[in-house]
Amino acid sequence: MFRRHGDQCVARFAADEVAVLRQVASEVIGLLSESFDRDDPVVERLFPDAYSDDVEQAAEFRRYTEGDLKIAKIDQAAAILAALPDGGGAVVRLDGEAAEAWLRALNDVRLALGIRLDVRDDTDLLEELDEAVMRDPTSARVRQLTMYEYLGVLQESLLDSITNGSL
Amino acid sequence: MTAPQVAPEETPDVEETPAADRPWVTIVHNDPVNLMSYVTWVFQTLFGYTKEKAERLMLDVHHKGRAVVSSGARERMEHDASRLHAYGLWATVSRD
Repeated sequence: MFRRHGDQCVARFAADEVAVLRQVASEVIGLLSESFDRDDPVVERLFPDAYSDDVEQAAEFRRYTEGDLKIAKIDQAAAILAALPDGGGAVVRLDGEAAEAWLRALNDVRLALGIRLDVRDDTDLLEELDEAVMRDPTSARVRQLTMYEYLGVLQESLLDSITNGSL
Repeated sequence: MTAPQVAPEETPDVEETPAADRPWVTIVHNDPVNLMSYVTWVFQTLFGYTKEKAERLMLDVHHKGRAVVSSGARERMEHDASRLHAYGLWATVSRD
């Protein structure tokens, strides 16, 4: 979890945490580059229609903004990869700009996972996790729910570190 | 409500009719993933709102499903929506 240390946000990650962060950041980059598919619900959520009841205006808006937005989202996910080693644990120190890039990127990966896991307003994560563990403790769903929960706590700790004094 | 730091307004397109002068709004919609603290921070960061105002808007989004977070010229609302999208918030533009 992140702590504020002087003008930096600092966190120590174990090897498995580094692996998870690298995996989810890489998946978002993949989703936004080579396999970009407008019909993917994750892409739909990361690039929402700006005009909910006007298809033409929505398309026009997308034409002007989608390229920049895609680059921004790829860059912020890349900021996660840039701060982490290829393997093993690590202490990560982020200055103001990198911390905000991480914050936005963590939000994107949580949005993506949230769609895949079908998280809704009334979803009780712990209940979901209990059920999934009872069904099959080794399932992908257990792993994804655990990651989603972890990334939420991590994002909250980073936000706390950022707002705890101005970077 | 006017944001203190805004991009310069562009000259309206020639084909715009007087009706297009009516104020436009940027609306943020509720979603089950974004952290409440994060949404508040985004409103403060992007619009320069006080923590109190940002929290009030966040709670409106949370409880009512949506809130108007800025209003004004259409081009500026589109700019606001695209910035909100960069932060992962679900924002739309419509006429007030």
